[in-house]
Amino acid sequence: MTAKSAEAAEVGAAPGGLTRRRRRQLSLGGQYGLFAAAVVLVAVLADWETLRLNFANWDVARSLFPDVITVGLRNTAVYTAVGFGLGLGGGLLVALMRLSSVPPYRWFATAYIEVFRGLPLLLIFIFVGVGVPLAFPGANIPGGAAGQAGLALGLAATAYMAETIRAGIEAVPKGQLEAARSLGMSHSRAMRSIVIPQAFRIIIPPLTNELVLLCKDSSLVLFLGITLEQRELTKFGRDLAGEQGNTTPIIVAGICYLIITIPLSLLARRLEARQRRGQR
Amino acid sequence: MKGAGEPAAGAGRAGRSAVEIRGLRKSFGTNEVLRGVDFHVAPGEVVCVIGPSGSGKSTLLRCVNLLEEPTAGTVRVTGVDLTGPEVDIDAARRRIGMVFQSFNLFPHLTALGNVVIAQRKVLRRARPEAERIARELLERVGLADKVGSYPAQLSGGQQQRVAIARALAMGPEVMLFDEPTSALDPELVGDVLGVMRGLAEAGMTMLVVTHEMSFAREVADRVVFMDGGVIVEEGPPSRVIDDPAHARTRAFLSRVLDPAAARIGDAAESDMFRAADRDA
Ligand SMILES: Nc1ncnc2c1ncn2[C@@H]1O[C@H](COP(=O)(O)OP(=O)(O)O)[C@@H](O)[C@H]1O
Ligand SMILES: [Mg+2]
Repeated sequence: MTAKSAEAAEVGAAPGGLTRRRRRQLSLGGQYGLFAAAVVLVAVLADWETLRLNFANWDVARSLFPDVITVGLRNTAVYTAVGFGLGLGGGLLVALMRLSSVPPYRWFATAYIEVFRGLPLLLIFIFVGVGVPLAFPGANIPGGAAGQAGLALGLAATAYMAETIRAGIEAVPKGQLEAARSLGMSHSRAMRSIVIPQAFRIIIPPLTNELVLLCKDSSLVLFLGITLEQRELTKFGRDLAGEQGNTTPIIVAGICYLIITIPLSLLARRLEARQRRGQR
Repeated sequence: MKGAGEPAAGAGRAGRSAVEIRGLRKSFGTNEVLRGVDFHVAPGEVVCVIGPSGSGKSTLLRCVNLLEEPTAGTVRVTGVDLTGPEVDIDAARRRIGMVFQSFNLFPHLTALGNVVIAQRKVLRRARPEAERIARELLERVGLADKVGSYPAQLSGGQQQRVAIARALAMGPEVMLFDEPTSALDPELVGDVLGVMRGLAEAGMTMLVVTHEMSFAREVADRVVFMDGGVIVEEGPPSRVIDDPAHARTRAFLSRVLDPAAARIGDAAESDMFRAADRDA
């Protein structure tokens, strides 16, 4: 086809006598029709009564409260916060090593970043849960499960945040460091008071996105041996779904995630938009 | 505690140069930018450095506070050898104020914050004292009503005056200016030059790279013309600007003082350069 039919379309009159515009309208209409038909088909074929009982069962949902909040959501928030805190501190350290003029620091930082970005997070969780107790017998990770979960999340987050923070530091104009040094600040003082605060301002949006990822990744705590009181949203939902033979707890847990993640995503997008506007 | 505004020990001794440069060379890779510069600035003296773009003026200034490391030669400021092995470069830089062409204000701090931060972090002044000094200095540069403004809310001329106040807050014995008005809209140049003039009248030792010939003529005690990484001639402004001895100086001045004529004379200029080289 092509050359000839394209030409026909250019001219505006296709073989069937339809204008190009009219044909596009028909094609769009067809797409909408197909989409609507698919939705209707799913709606008709689904067994709504079973769905309602299994996925949106009010009695089951009501029985989850308040534990889904006071245990599940709370622990998700705690693991995420610990992971984010460790990742932020570790990420800053590794970023500074990556930018250091001392070659071994740079090598270590590069190796760390590549290794921990290259591993599945699940493997890191298993490593922290199984490997660390084996390697250092008797050495307890402080904070129990929260400590283990936070450490696993923090190890991975350190690698991702190090790259983000490095990019932020490099985005601060060189003149800033020079101005600070010319006032008599040492290199480290200039970094702390002038460069790093500006770098963090630049990278707040990507850091917020990182927080969203960590929040979801904290579900991997599932694979650590944890007590009932240490369950976070996913494990909580899954356990109760099993006990009650009903999927509603999974849905409730999912909604709890979205309550955290959607506002954070919106916040990140807004900060990004504001920054783009603020660039002068 | 010693007052921070006081000169450091050994500085300002009568008869000693504020800035003394001998045999200064600076190369970037194979590009030799400064090819043996000797000159001095006496305490209280105002020296203007003029010369075509790329002649090494900024590099010279940046060597005076060691933002660039000289390849060879010595730089002494208030008697302290900055190129010596045991120099405390941060301490030395406190006595040397630097004002950049692009202001380099800290964008995350207000005007007041910009003037306060190095007083706090470097001189360890208490916040009330640092703020009092900062307010006095901002008033002195005509910005008493802008203490709470962020750099982005200030015009270029206002930003540059904050930058001058920021440098003065450290109680410097020498002030370096690198084309402080080149990035400004013409109508804002006067305010900045006015502040600099006031500073000169108050007895500050100043080394100023500038293209503002009227400022050099009226304020400078001495004018230094640089070209190709060397000092071509120096002397009182009445001689260097109004009656230059060298063809290269004449060519440069005709271009700066009368830009329209310069464009016509561009071709002729290279001939003059050749003539000057033959003369030498
Ligand atoms: N950091 C640097 N690295 C490499 N070359 C540089 C650097 N800084 C300056 N130069 C070179 O040195 C020369 C003189 O520059 P500069 O001192 O800025 O001149 P001026 O201020 O008189 O215009 C230019 O050719 C410039 O390219
Ligand atoms: Mg320059």
